[in-house]
Amino acid sequence: MARRARLVLQGVAVGLVVLLLGLLVWKLVRSPGGDLAAAADRGDRPRAPVFTLPRLDRSGKLSLASLRGKAVVVNFWASWCIPCKDEAPYLEQVWLDRRAEGVVVLGVDAKDFRSDARGFAGRYDLTYPLAYDGPGATLPSYGVTGFPETYVLDRQGRVVEAFVGSIDSSQEHVRLREAIDRALRS
Amino acid sequence: MKLAASLAMLVALVWAAAAAGPAVGAQGRPSAAQLESELVCPVCETTLDQSDSPIAERMKAFIRARIAAGDSAKQIEDKLVAQFGPGVLATPSKSGFGLLAWLVPLLAGLVGAVAVALLVRTWARRRAAPVPGRVLDPELERRVDEELARFEG
Repeated sequence: MARRARLVLQGVAVGLVVLLLGLLVWKLVRSPGGDLAAAADRGDRPRAPVFTLPRLDRSGKLSLASLRGKAVVVNFWASWCIPCKDEAPYLEQVWLDRRAEGVVVLGVDAKDFRSDARGFAGRYDLTYPLAYDGPGATLPSYGVTGFPETYVLDRQGRVVEAFVGSIDSSQEHVRLREAIDRALRS
Repeated sequence: MKLAASLAMLVALVWAAAAAGPAVGAQGRPSAAQLESELVCPVCETTLDQSDSPIAERMKAFIRARIAAGDSAKQIEDKLVAQFGPGVLATPSKSGFGLLAWLVPLLAGLVGAVAVALLVRTWARRRAAPVPGRVLDPELERRVDEELARFEG
């Protein structure tokens, strides 16, 4: 009986060690979504992770899934991010120019004070929809490692193009315009 | 008895560490320096006092402004958690799921201490017990005694 109990205990201990090793390997191997931009660059059109976040520009929540059928420009930003200030006026212009075509610019403010983000939106007269993700919970699924990052999604919610860094040069403006065109054609 | 006392002391120490209150300065007001060492910059993921990133500087300014406004350390921590989530706390909360982070090491320590105590007791008993079949023959014992007496004499 004692021998059997000892064997069971040894089995449990070995099982626990194997489980912990498995968790370690899984954690090391698992990609947190950082390949999204690389996959988009290859032309794979990976599915964009959906999210529902509180709105920053008004009360209520905003769900990415509710924008299915439109071309969506998801822009991750923060009020303390200096390059975000450079591109915000251009994104506002894109929203004003192309919303009638079925384009939505969606700003996701992350790792930021809500009041600072509202101040930023007011300072740059942003009228496109803004969502708030203070803890930055959506960032790992997109593989966002810095601000700003922008993802253009087609009507099926797939990533057409990813921009790591600010969209502030004429070259980047052309790239964004072409990506939106592709997203609308899908 | 000694084991029980040691375990009780261990429990008391861990419990005291877990129950330690939020940062309070000498005048009963929250200490900015203490709070900055207990809160994490959400971008660089080090404590605020170790970071000079824009958001860390902004959080430090927020802490000072709230201290000046008369908030307690707990109120300031709660406001930052409401903005940035529980990950902004350098140590896990002492309620809800965060309590597990305090209790699991405590329980693991207790289980380990009990296991070691049981093992030590088992080994000590095994050493003290006479080995069966190894009793000296009386005749042989008498001769050994005689030899020893002669050797010493």
